[in-house]
Amino acid sequence: MSQLPKPDREQLRAKYPDVFDRPAGTRLATPAMIVAAFAVFVFGLVDLDFSPAKLFAGLSQLGWITLMMIPPDPGSSLPAYLSALGETLSIALLGTTIAAVLALPVSLLAARNVIPSGWLRFPVRRAFDSIRGVDTLIWALVWINVVGLGPFAGVLAIAAADFGAFGKLFSEAIEAADKKQVEGIRASGGNALHEIRFGLMPQVLPVIAGQVLYFIESNTRSATIIGIVGAGGIGLQLAEQIRVLEWQKVSFLILMILVAVAAIDWISGKLRFAIIGQRALA
Amino acid sequence: MTSAVSILPGAQLAVLNAAYRGAVARKRLRLALAAAAFLAALVVAAFGAEVNLRTLFTYFGNFVSYFDRILTLEDGTRVWSNPAEWFWGWRKWLWMLAETILISYVGTMIGAVLAFALNFFAAQNTSPARWLRFVIRRLLEFARTVPGIVFALIFVIAFGLGPMAGVLAIAIHSTGALGKLFSEIVENADMKPVEGVRSTGASWLSCMRFAVLPQVAAGYASYALLRFEINVREASVMGFVGAGGIGQELVVAIRKFYYSDVSAILITIIVTVFIIDIGTGWLRGRLFGGDARA
Repeated sequence: MSQLPKPDREQLRAKYPDVFDRPAGTRLATPAMIVAAFAVFVFGLVDLDFSPAKLFAGLSQLGWITLMMIPPDPGSSLPAYLSALGETLSIALLGTTIAAVLALPVSLLAARNVIPSGWLRFPVRRAFDSIRGVDTLIWALVWINVVGLGPFAGVLAIAAADFGAFGKLFSEAIEAADKKQVEGIRASGGNALHEIRFGLMPQVLPVIAGQVLYFIESNTRSATIIGIVGAGGIGLQLAEQIRVLEWQKVSFLILMILVAVAAIDWISGKLRFAIIGQRALA
Repeated sequence: MTSAVSILPGAQLAVLNAAYRGAVARKRLRLALAAAAFLAALVVAAFGAEVNLRTLFTYFGNFVSYFDRILTLEDGTRVWSNPAEWFWGWRKWLWMLAETILISYVGTMIGAVLAFALNFFAAQNTSPARWLRFVIRRLLEFARTVPGIVFALIFVIAFGLGPMAGVLAIAIHSTGALGKLFSEIVENADMKPVEGVRSTGASWLSCMRFAVLPQVAAGYASYALLRFEINVREASVMGFVGAGGIGQELVVAIRKFYYSDVSAILITIIVTVFIIDIGTGWLRGRLFGGDARA
């Protein structure tokens, strides 16, 4: 075995100054960032009234609550819970569909390859962003003011909140479409509507269908909670049972939500693969 | 350039045509059946959700006029004609907003640390034991499937009203979401460095520290920042159930019909969310290069 020659440190040091003699600024950057992040964290703990006493009192309380949750038991209200769950699923399905149907035409206006002029695109995109910036629960409160308490307000809330999200996703899908097909339609004398109908739509519809399914799935989760502010569904039952401290019913409702979400995940996963083939989409 | 296309004899062509029409008809039938099933589901759902188009049309005016009302000051003028009056409570609102951001920051931090501690046990390639992996995975799944605001409702009862409940709720939800994402990054990591470190006789802990962590740290930070962005939005509604932050002001304003306050608070929230989106996007770009925007 041959001995490797001893490296000449001085020569290496001269050759690679940024490895051996990094300036203090770059060497300190990472620790400084960590210290700063930690300092903000500690400040937050103090400012938000985290005292160990409070934490332990709360944890022991939480322990009691957990003990009282066992075993999960619906009492005599199982039928009411099942119908509430049905309501939640209905809210998610309808809200998502309405949002998708409304967002599709508008998202064309936000796509660079359909509307080349930035003057129209920019306000449409910012409108989508603003709608998306408002949480579903806030939308639910607004719609309750309009149509009153109940699941209908929930449908409209999901529709409004998703309109913003779909607008963005659809317009991105449209921008990612191949433009050769569109050029082909134009070459054969089609007008702008023909280009969209026969050039763009066949390409983007499967992508969009996958996204809509995914949103129905994730909206089942959102729909479970909008009942907390009074917009129908299983969240309403959950919030009520928590307020009256019926912990066994609470744990039963939480289990129901978990099972329902898992079931929807599974079904929509199957459907998604059936529509778009085996390549998984977002 | 010309080339001849040979035309098949009529009998042969008819067979091919029939096969083609049959295939198209099958596809159309399947599409029509799917559409019919979907429509039926929609109708059932419409009954389930008590959709009432008459209510919608009667009250749709309300929706439009709601925006009209929240954009009108008490003296009847438009809000933008008198910004000082519109944002009369900006000092208080900014404090509440700062609290909201702090809630999501502290919550994300706790969640990220817990997810960091758990994710090596949840990833297929680094988990020391099969049963441990199964348990941790189910735990993370539970934490992210139960909505954060449900945890907040329960914590408000256990810990009392205030931001602590909100922070803990966000922390638990972030642990579940980040734990899954982190463990997926670990599963995609290259295992050769791990073998290298193990060959020197290192323990499991050292393998994680010196072989896996350097590969995955950037991805962790990127996802944590993304989660912070989402959590700011989530924290803005934590106040609805009494768990602190700007949501408390908003829900009071909506319930008590302080119209112009609603629009002022909403705009404050939206602008903050924009700024944080842009800020974290910029930070991610600085830290991990332009293409790391997940």
